[in-house]
Amino acid sequence: MTAFLQIRNLSARLRNTGHRLLRSVDIDLPAGVVRGLVGESGAGKSMIGKAVLGVLPASVEIVEGEIFLDGHDLLRMKPAERRRLIGASTALIPQDPLTALNPSRRIGPQITDRLVDILGWTKERARARALELLGEVRIPEPERVVRLYPHELSGGMRQRVLIASAFAAEPKLIVADEPTTALDVTVQKQILRLISELQARHGTALLFVTHDLGVVSKICDSLSVLYAGKVVEDTTVDAFFAAPRHPYSAALLAATPRHNDPASSLRPVPRDVLDAVAAEIAAADAAWSRHG
Amino acid sequence: MAEALFQISGLRLDVPDMARKPLFGPAPRLEILKGISFDIPRGAVLGIVGGSGSGKTTLGRALVRLIEPTGGEILFDGQDITHLPDGRLRGLRRRIQMIFQDPMSSLNPRLTVGRIIAAPLCARTGDARVAEALDQVGLPKAFAARYPHELSGGQRQRVGIARAIAMRPDFILADEIVSGLDVSSQAQVLNLLEQLVKELGLTLAFISHDLSVISRLCGRVIVLQGGRIVEDAPTRQLFEAPSHPYTRELLDAIPVPDPSIRW
Ligand SMILES: Nc1ncnc2c1ncn2[C@@H]1O[C@H](COP(=O)(O)OP(=O)(O)OP(=O)(O)O)[C@@H](O)[C@H]1O
Ligand SMILES: Nc1ncnc2c1ncn2[C@@H]1O[C@H](COP(=O)(O)OP(=O)(O)OP(=O)(O)O)[C@@H](O)[C@H]1O
Ligand SMILES: [Mg+2]
Ligand SMILES: [Mg+2]
Repeated sequence: MTAFLQIRNLSARLRNTGHRLLRSVDIDLPAGVVRGLVGESGAGKSMIGKAVLGVLPASVEIVEGEIFLDGHDLLRMKPAERRRLIGASTALIPQDPLTALNPSRRIGPQITDRLVDILGWTKERARARALELLGEVRIPEPERVVRLYPHELSGGMRQRVLIASAFAAEPKLIVADEPTTALDVTVQKQILRLISELQARHGTALLFVTHDLGVVSKICDSLSVLYAGKVVEDTTVDAFFAAPRHPYSAALLAATPRHNDPASSLRPVPRDVLDAVAAEIAAADAAWSRHG
Repeated sequence: MAEALFQISGLRLDVPDMARKPLFGPAPRLEILKGISFDIPRGAVLGIVGGSGSGKTTLGRALVRLIEPTGGEILFDGQDITHLPDGRLRGLRRRIQMIFQDPMSSLNPRLTVGRIIAAPLCARTGDARVAEALDQVGLPKAFAARYPHELSGGQRQRVGIARAIAMRPDFILADEIVSGLDVSSQAQVLNLLEQLVKELGLTLAFISHDLSVISRLCGRVIVLQGGRIVEDAPTRQLFEAPSHPYTRELLDAIPVPDPSIRW
């Protein structure tokens, strides 16, 4: 069976400087599977999500590779068709909740618009679904909250509104970009359980961007470790936590705090590991430009 | 001087509840902060934790006087700033900095990173300080020429941190500033803050839901729930013998990076 999302040999760079942002990325994501995408800040995690959803910034160009969504070759489709396919089958939980919401509109319509416009639901049905989902993401008093504006919600409430809104239209693929960073751990736990449950029930493919390996171990089936736009390890969660293969992945795991023991917590990834992975990437780049 | 840098007593904040406003007449009041009292000694690092919607950000915005409290008192460096009008707050703005939870919305999209960091500084010291601050948060100097939309989420967050530290303030209120960062960047930012506290006598209030970060950085922690303080204890005591059930719950919910441990 082919995966719902297939990314093949995808490379991207900045138009003006030629600086490479993604380096021959391969990712497979079948329906019903949760794949974690981890790596340090600036590694290109959000960029991969944006490439899949067709919202790369104008300054970034794809130089090679393919993205298949449900078997359709996204990069070679007519733009209008591509937008329709992406709109109907995917959703994004964005990294920056406040800017993703329209500040001058109430919360309610921001969730129901998609249902009415994309699925053709009646306003009443969409509203009932929105209230139900807000309740499921543990928003207190949903009837009240749908009448509020984004600035009247706390950071974690905004993030939960966006999670509810992503699941509302029952997409086949969700790109969740750091979806729980603004949540305290108790709410995070409830929300991650809910995400797993909704995802399993609907067979959603979930690309889960996070820097938190603790979260990966609880909700993902497989993961890709990214460094400087290159996938340095692609593995299952069980194999990764038993024994990461790449030295960079191993260092990342070692640097993740375990329990709440301050002594074990938060060390930077050692310099020599970073130097080694940078050298590996430079060598791969050199080989790439020779053949290209 | 032994006196605390911040003395907060009976702090209250309520807002009109527009969602319940009747057709005619005023909206009912919604209480967000319900009488909060604590001190922050000079050079201390105070952790503020609490569930989503418990009032952490609102408390922070009141402390740095982005909003005016509706009751109680805030003394900063001995001065009552509770109702100080905007004009008279100006002198204090440099000394009191807040780093926001939503990095993108607090950075002017039309300014380069360099201008954003330099804006509050005088032109003479500007460039050197910008380069230094970028370096301190682990961003290359060349980032000064970029615009906020050209950065990753974690890079934006670090620009917000760089802007605050470049001002050399007496006090920083940091609202969830490391939750979007990978472990290496987190470690770097925490090391930097610890160093500023030790070497420059910075006083810090640190809102976070990440108890491993709190335990590493903060000497004392207050726990908020529903706009009230439900626990106020030295960090070590909080971890060893949490007295409030919510604190216990927070400790239990931390995801340990091991798929074989049930959660
Ligand atoms: N519009 C843009 N123009 C130029 N460079 C950009 C642009 N957007 C992002 N970048 C750069 O591309 C790289 C990858 O960014 P991306 O947002 O994918 O990082 P990320 O892995 O999601 O990091 P984070 O965890 O900090 O969000 C970063 O170095 C970033 O500075
Ligand atoms: N301007 C406002 N109008 C109405 N309600 C508001 C306003 N600002 C905040 N609130 C409400 O006050 C409560 C506390 O919000 P606050 O942002 O302080 O929470 P928080 O503890 O920072 O939560 P989080 O961890 O989710 O960021 C929330 O219920 C929020 O909806
Ligand atoms: Mg990102
Ligand atoms: Mg907040």
